[in-house]
Amino acid sequence: MILGILGGRIYDPRNGKDGEVGDIWVKDGRVVAPEDADREAAQTVDAAGLVVMPGGVDIHAHIVGSEVNSGRKLRPEDHRGHERARSGNLRAGAGGTVPSTYLTGYLYSELGYTTVMQASAAPLVVRHTHEELEDVPNLDKGAFIVMGNNHFVMQCIADKQPEKARDYVAWLLRASRGYAIKIVNPGGVENWKWGKNVAELDDGVIGYGVTPRQIVQTLASIADGLGLPHAVHIHGINLGRHTSARTTVEMIAALDGHRAHLCHLQFLSYGAGRGHVHRSEATAVAAAVNASAGLTVDIGQVIFGDATTMTCDGPLQYGLHRTTGHKWINDDVEGESGGGIVPITYKPSNPINGTMWLTGMELFLLIDDPWRVFLSTDHPNAGPFTSYPQVIRLLMDRDYRREMFDSLHPRARRGALLPELDREYSLGEIAVISRAGPARALGLEHKGHLGVGADGDIAVYEECADKEAMFAHPRYVYKGGELVARDGAVVADVTGRTFSVAPEYDMGIEAELREYFKKAYTVSFDNYSVLAGHGAATEIVACG
Amino acid sequence: MSTVVEHVTCTFCGCLCDDLTVEAEGTEIRKVRLACSSGQGIFMDYDPRPRQPLVDGREVEWEEAVAEAAAILSASDSPLIYGLSSSASEAQRKAVALADRIGAVIDSTSSVCHGPTGLAMQAVGEPTCTLGEVRDRADLLVFWGCNPDASHLRHFPRFSLTAKGALTPNGRADRTVYVVDVRPTGSSKKADHFLQVDIGTDFEVLTTLRLLVKGLEPSVDIVGGVPVTELKELVERMKSCRYGVAFMGMGLTMASARQLNVAELFTLVAELNEFAKFSVIPMRGHGNVTGADQVLSWTTGYPFAVSFARGYPQFSPGEFSAVDMLARRAADAAVIIASDPGAHFPAAAAAHLERIPTIVLDHGPSVVASHAHVLFPTAAYGVDAAGTAYRMDNVPIPLKSVISTGRVTDEEILDRIIEAVA
Ligand code: SF4
Ligand SMILES: [Zn+2]
Repeated sequence: MILGILGGRIYDPRNGKDGEVGDIWVKDGRVVAPEDADREAAQTVDAAGLVVMPGGVDIHAHIVGSEVNSGRKLRPEDHRGHERARSGNLRAGAGGTVPSTYLTGYLYSELGYTTVMQASAAPLVVRHTHEELEDVPNLDKGAFIVMGNNHFVMQCIADKQPEKARDYVAWLLRASRGYAIKIVNPGGVENWKWGKNVAELDDGVIGYGVTPRQIVQTLASIADGLGLPHAVHIHGINLGRHTSARTTVEMIAALDGHRAHLCHLQFLSYGAGRGHVHRSEATAVAAAVNASAGLTVDIGQVIFGDATTMTCDGPLQYGLHRTTGHKWINDDVEGESGGGIVPITYKPSNPINGTMWLTGMELFLLIDDPWRVFLSTDHPNAGPFTSYPQVIRLLMDRDYRREMFDSLHPRARRGALLPELDREYSLGEIAVISRAGPARALGLEHKGHLGVGADGDIAVYEECADKEAMFAHPRYVYKGGELVARDGAVVADVTGRTFSVAPEYDMGIEAELREYFKKAYTVSFDNYSVLAGHGAATEIVACG
Repeated sequence: MSTVVEHVTCTFCGCLCDDLTVEAEGTEIRKVRLACSSGQGIFMDYDPRPRQPLVDGREVEWEEAVAEAAAILSASDSPLIYGLSSSASEAQRKAVALADRIGAVIDSTSSVCHGPTGLAMQAVGEPTCTLGEVRDRADLLVFWGCNPDASHLRHFPRFSLTAKGALTPNGRADRTVYVVDVRPTGSSKKADHFLQVDIGTDFEVLTTLRLLVKGLEPSVDIVGGVPVTELKELVERMKSCRYGVAFMGMGLTMASARQLNVAELFTLVAELNEFAKFSVIPMRGHGNVTGADQVLSWTTGYPFAVSFARGYPQFSPGEFSAVDMLARRAADAAVIIASDPGAHFPAAAAAHLERIPTIVLDHGPSVVASHAHVLFPTAAYGVDAAGTAYRMDNVPIPLKSVISTGRVTDEEILDRIIEAVA
């Protein structure tokens, strides 16, 4: 099939296009040069006056797998009133902050997004992640594999055997069909199994004597050494605490030039304020980010309204349960991870929530290079991904931002820097933070741009003054050249791909792992890998 | 041709032991190693002979059976899809797709075993862990209203009572074990402490434990037949353990107060975390009943008792649960997948099931299969069909096909029915 999107204003930052009028041709799912498209056979769309962008790329969201599904099951109240009926070949679903799988795909299509990365999966249960990924239509996907509290990794560090750790990590990425290394509260999740946590980069992990610093450094250097397309993806220590900004800055220093992605940075950029209210330390954190060229971040912008917090950070979730009194799920996962879930509602009238909101905004505005700061709400932790258009408006429209700032609790507003930040993102910069930037950070060569060879993932918007309305109702959305949404409504259900990596390693490690598994796991070595059994069909992205 | 397959998973119970070795000669299974006596049965008693589908007891070709099933469903105003717990998640996903397509009510055996557990989780949450954490860390175990000694035969040696792990190198000797039940059981005989509670008093006993955890003093000396001094001793152990785990079963979910019992236990466990790490694991029965909860949750948002009658998923246990749909005569046709409500449902529900047209998918004989209008003899997941199942702690485990019989899977049949009703 050949598709021509003609005469639109093209925002394709990777290829230097900032609103220039032109045509995009797609053949067999990929962007082709105009001369390679048979215009006679083509289906064409008149995009005159419309904004044409690559499909959105979400670098960090929780959309599938064990924690997300526990969140769905936990919250019938979250779904009611947000259901969608089946229609034609489109499946029914239940929405809210933790939507069912089919609806998740549709809702992303309706925003113009075509690629989403599942932010965490414990390898022991990643078979579940892959099962759900198969049931998420209209998106290309990948899963990050949590390793920051992995016993084998920590033992290798304790034994000073970094090569063995590297071979293990490579094996694990293959065995789990994962896309990247994820770290969540390194060492803290293991300590939580003793009812404790870590507070400093040099605190010890019980039973191993290693430190969060060593875990981060080891895994960051392994990611670089293996040439993984995406850097180590880090949720640091002290998330949500008033010490988080300090330890985030320390963590950036500890990375020592290694590539890294720091996720939902907003949750990790607080200092101690007066009373019990944290204050934003966005200035210090943004300065550290600006000074570290190898670093990318996403924000995890708080959205006022309902959210469902879910992370592998068990002690954090317990703390949230204790402060809010809301229902709480904890799940300790043998040998490698843990996690928790607590529903929450963010309110502008709550001074802490107000501080969280403005910390995110300040980070967006203080980090200079849009290629290194990406749009996220850490869905559904800080708010649902369906609120991305609102965040875009907040970034592009300082009056709107000011209006929302003025609605915050006075204790959140007191002394805040935000009102002084006049910066407004341009459309081209939005295309960077929601498409080109995350695609580049993920090492997805054919995503986030519209050059020849790129995937035919395209969103066409009608520009209007209200940028929230603009981004909430794309005129056309194409996935691999197929129309999947029109006028903000999904029209087709197409199967997406799952990306994974397959780094090289010394196979000799498997014999040791086979022995290790007998003691460390309650699942057979051979059944742990998703390569066994039903498996998971993935497309390998090369390491380099 | 003789074959030996290793790392085979047993689908009989929620332990999903995946360390079996199965030896077969052609399609005949000769030997199963490591399975318990319950697990042996699903392999050794399996009849691998291919069978034809039946329509009203008459052997027919597959096309005819599929067409007949589609005709029944197309004529139905209120179809019910039920079972799922002995099927694989791949087939459970197809069952939801069918329900979505035809506007059916879909429910799993969860609603007659741990449905109240799901409701309790929705009310108060659930601090839990995988079974490996129990094996490696737990120094205090409390089995409440469950009897794994009879129902989950390898639970004790593999995961709990006698299992040896990283912090429990001496197994049984490293653990203190409580059983709480209304009568002595095989499990209670193996425990260090048995608290026999009066029937119907679990909630009171649990509330008293919560009270004691908070340092309050009950005004009575005996609760539910148990001296408060013994409850105090348990609370002291709970507060001072390294890693405590409670296992709960149908003794809580099917006693009066049902989900309130379970919510009280889950709340107690959550509150204990102020003092010691504590988790709870529901002792799920059938091999993949946990998978049914998972699949329904990810496709519809809800774990069981889901209706698509209005086009979108609605959740209402007591209304859309299979027993209630049938007893109220609200279903006018049923698809029964790998379970036997004919044998296990209350009389009024079972009687209605005999009145309405039924489409049954099963790998062996059953009461409901014996009066099915359309019977599809299927392969058995984990025996002659591969797939995925979820252990009681939500860990997904692959199921192998250890013999190849050419029998058709639930998944394939459901796919063909979906095509035929489309
Ligand atoms: S304990 Fe359960 S899963 Fe394990 S062998 Fe026995 S019946 Fe099978
Ligand atoms: Zn996250």
